[in-house]
Parts: sequence; C-alpha cells; structure tokens
Amino acid sequence: MARFPAALGERVASLLVALAAWEAAARIAQSRLFPGPGSVLATLADEALHGELLHDLGATLARVAIAFTLAMAVGTVVGIAMARSRTIDTLLDSGVVLLLNLPALVIAVLLYIWLGLTEVAAIGAVTLSKLPTVVVTLREGARTLDRDLGDMAKSFHFGHWRTFRHVILPQLSPFFLVASRTGLALIWKIVLVVELLGRPDGIGYAIQVFFQLFDVRRLIAYALAFVAVMLAVEWGVLQPLERRLARWRR
Amino acid sequence: MAPVTVGLSINIGEKRYPGHAGAKTVTALRDLQARIAPSEFCVITGPSGCGKTTLLNIIAGIDHDFAGALSFAPPDRGAPRIGYVFQSPRLLPWRTVRENVALVRPRHADRTELEGLLTDVGVADMADAYPAQLSGGMTRRVALARAFAIAPDLLLMDEPFLSLDAAAADRLRSLLLRLVSTRPATVLFVTHDLAEAVELADRILVLSPSPGRVVAEMPIVLPRDGRRDRDTLAALQDGLARLADHPIEPPNTAKIAFSRPNSPHRTHK
Repeated sequence: MARFPAALGERVASLLVALAAWEAAARIAQSRLFPGPGSVLATLADEALHGELLHDLGATLARVAIAFTLAMAVGTVVGIAMARSRTIDTLLDSGVVLLLNLPALVIAVLLYIWLGLTEVAAIGAVTLSKLPTVVVTLREGARTLDRDLGDMAKSFHFGHWRTFRHVILPQLSPFFLVASRTGLALIWKIVLVVELLGRPDGIGYAIQVFFQLFDVRRLIAYALAFVAVMLAVEWGVLQPLERRLARWRR
Repeated sequence: MAPVTVGLSINIGEKRYPGHAGAKTVTALRDLQARIAPSEFCVITGPSGCGKTTLLNIIAGIDHDFAGALSFAPPDRGAPRIGYVFQSPRLLPWRTVRENVALVRPRHADRTELEGLLTDVGVADMADAYPAQLSGGMTRRVALARAFAIAPDLLLMDEPFLSLDAAAADRLRSLLLRLVSTRPATVLFVTHDLAEAVELADRILVLSPSPGRVVAEMPIVLPRDGRRDRDTLAALQDGLARLADHPIEPPNTAKIAFSRPNSPHRTHK
C-alpha cells in the first residue's frame, strides 16, 4: 500500500508525456483532422453535458455487461463440464474450436441476417465471440484441479456445496480472472464493430457517424471516454479483485 | 458421556488399479484381513508400494472400488466418524488455519471447543495465518487438529510426520499421544519407521510386498517410556523381521535375541 502514491505518480507522469507528445504532433500537423488534446477534452466535456455521449456510453456499457456476464457464466459451466466428462468434451470440442476461429465480424453479420438488426442479435454476437475463450480457459483450469484436496474433502464429508465453494472455486479463480481480463479486452473491441454494423446507438454507432462526417474531434472524444471507463473497470474492479483473491499467496 | 470408540474388521479380497492406456493392471492388496479393537493404537508397516495408503483410502471411504468388506463395531452405532491425517498436510492454502479446521465441522458447531482444540495442538497463535506462512511442523499440527476436530471414532494416519526433522517429529508424536489420551479414538497409523512404530503402537501389523496382505503382527506391551532404548528396538525389529520373513532395514547393528516381555498390561501414559 505504501507504494501506491509512487505508482500513481509514475502513472500521471507517463500520461503527461503522452499528452505532451500529442499536443506537439497536433501543432506540427496544423490540421482539422488532427486536433490537439485541449480541443478534444473540451469537446468531451461538451458532449458529456449537452450531447449524446452519456446515452451512447450507457448503451454500449449495458451491452458489454450483459454479454460479459452471459459469456462468463455459460463458458464457466461448459468449461467445467468438458473438463469433467470425456463425452461432453468430445461432443463439444469441434464446436468450440470452430467458434474460436470464426471471426467476430462473421458471427455478427450472420446473426444480423438471421435475427434481424436487433438487440438480441447484437448481444448474442458479442457473447458468442467471447464464449469459446472462456470455455477453453476454464476447461484448462478444471483439468488441473488438485485430486489430493478433492480426496480430503471427500474423506471429511464436505458435501457438494462446501467442496465447490472452498476447494474447487479458489483453484479456478486465477483462470476465471484470466478469462475476465482477456474477455473484457476482447468484448470492448467487438461490441463497437457490432454496434457499427446494426445498432442505432452506442459508441460504435457514434464512431460511424463521425467517420462519415470526418469529425475527428468528436470521434477521438468518444473513444477516449470509452477507454477511460475501461481503465476504471480494470483498476477499480479487476485489480482489487485479483489482490483480494491472491491474499493467501506468499 | 463416556467416550466410546469403534472397532474395525477389515476383509479385503482384492484391490486392483485398472491399467490405463496400455499400462498393466496392478493388484495393490489381496486377501488382507485384520481386526482392530476399539481404542487400539494399531501401526501398519511394510515395504514401500505395498498398499498401505490404498488401505487407508479404502477405510476412509475415498476409494470404493475394491472387492471385500469393512465392518465397524459396535454395528448399531451408525457410520463412524473418521479423521484422516494425510502424508502431506493437504490444507486449503486459501483458507486460514482456523477456517481449515472449522470447515470439517458442522456449520453451527461450538466455537469455544474449536479454539480449545487449536490451543491444545499449539496453533492458537497462528489461527489467522494462511498455511503458506507456517512451518512444516505447524502445518502438520493443523492437519492433526483438523482430524481431531470432528471428534473421530477412528483416526487414520498416513506417515503424518514424514519429512520433518527428528526433533519436530518427536514433539508431534508426543502431542499425538497426549491428544489420544484426552480424546480417545481408535488409531490406524501407517509408517515405515520402525522406531516410530514401536514408540506409538499397541500392536504392529506388517504387510507383505505388493499385493499387500498382513504377514505378521506383534503386540507391543512395553510401557511407552521404555521403548526408545536402542537394544529394545533392535530386538523388536529382529523379531518382526523373523515374523514377516523378510528383512527390515536395521537402524543399528546390535543383535540381541528377541524376547517377548511378559507383562500382559498395555500401559498408556
């Protein structure tokens, strides 16, 4: 904890360096298509107060949250089931490999064709793109479960719930965290593509509009707002969670 | 309530491990019979790989895949509570010492009883530490506390003090004897250290090389204080080796004719 202010200082310093480089590049370019940080931040504030930014950001975050939760829940169950049963593993393995290698764009286009330009298709496409990596990661985790601890739980009659809660879940938590991390990073990117293709709101939709207007200032402002939220989740939720789960390690 | 412990009669026809992927089927135990009296401290010894751990796993109910039967006495008592101390402590690394011990007990079990047990095994000061922060001896103490936490009728111990230095193993053996005297249980203790076997046992069972069966048994009727004498150990070892019809590694070279002490009383101290 004592190191935290120092780490924060370093972070601020590196951020300032990046901003300075950006500002310098913008001054050299002298172009409407390459705005500096000052004007972008002003636009960001203006859009947040008077524009559609918060609405679009909210719509995108809701899609991310739903798709993420669905993919993690279904992926965890399927992954554990595949690790525990050879039959299920054999039956589902090809499907997982196929989905793993199918570009997210293809999944999105197909779902929009089959289900129409609907919210279900959008969220479904994001979920399906994320699902196979969760399955594969959790399957790997469930395969490495410690048999000795399982036998211990059995001999002391832990029962299903205690065994799951105190023996299995803690062993899976690092894999769960990895899946969350990589999953969130993946979903952020896919969700914009899906919105751009077939949704009337969200950051992805806004980016498309600004692209057609060549409005780079607002385009960057929207993207920055989005990145800021991602970082907040990473630093505010994932990293504290990781520290908490790793408390017992020495 | 007077503590009543259980007796156990073991009758295993055969225990095989099926060979996977071309490996040959291994028979771990065959025709293994033994009776363990209530409150008896029975030590099982034998060459490595003779199925000692397999036998404990069967008794613990971890392994159901064997031909034969186990019966506990008295039969009207219901399922016996079995505490198991494994070769490695097998503590949950992500739970504190107290949580590790509390987890084997019913959810609303008496907390003061738990704290008393932690004090008795000498880990009360470390109750909020995680296992990785403890020494090897301390983790064994926690494993011992966990086994006693369910007030076991039967205690299974699989070389529980292996890989500890001599002094630490010594302290833990004394602790175990103290715990058994205040919290009576029938004990099945596996070791291949003959000195340890002699120090603890009321009776020693010797298993044959794989597939394991009981080839010799020897009651140890000496008072516990007199068991650490080198000559006594050598004599007992010699006798055991003769009974088992295969040699056991000697701890020293003294050869003393084996003679059985005549005192019929088991001395618990």
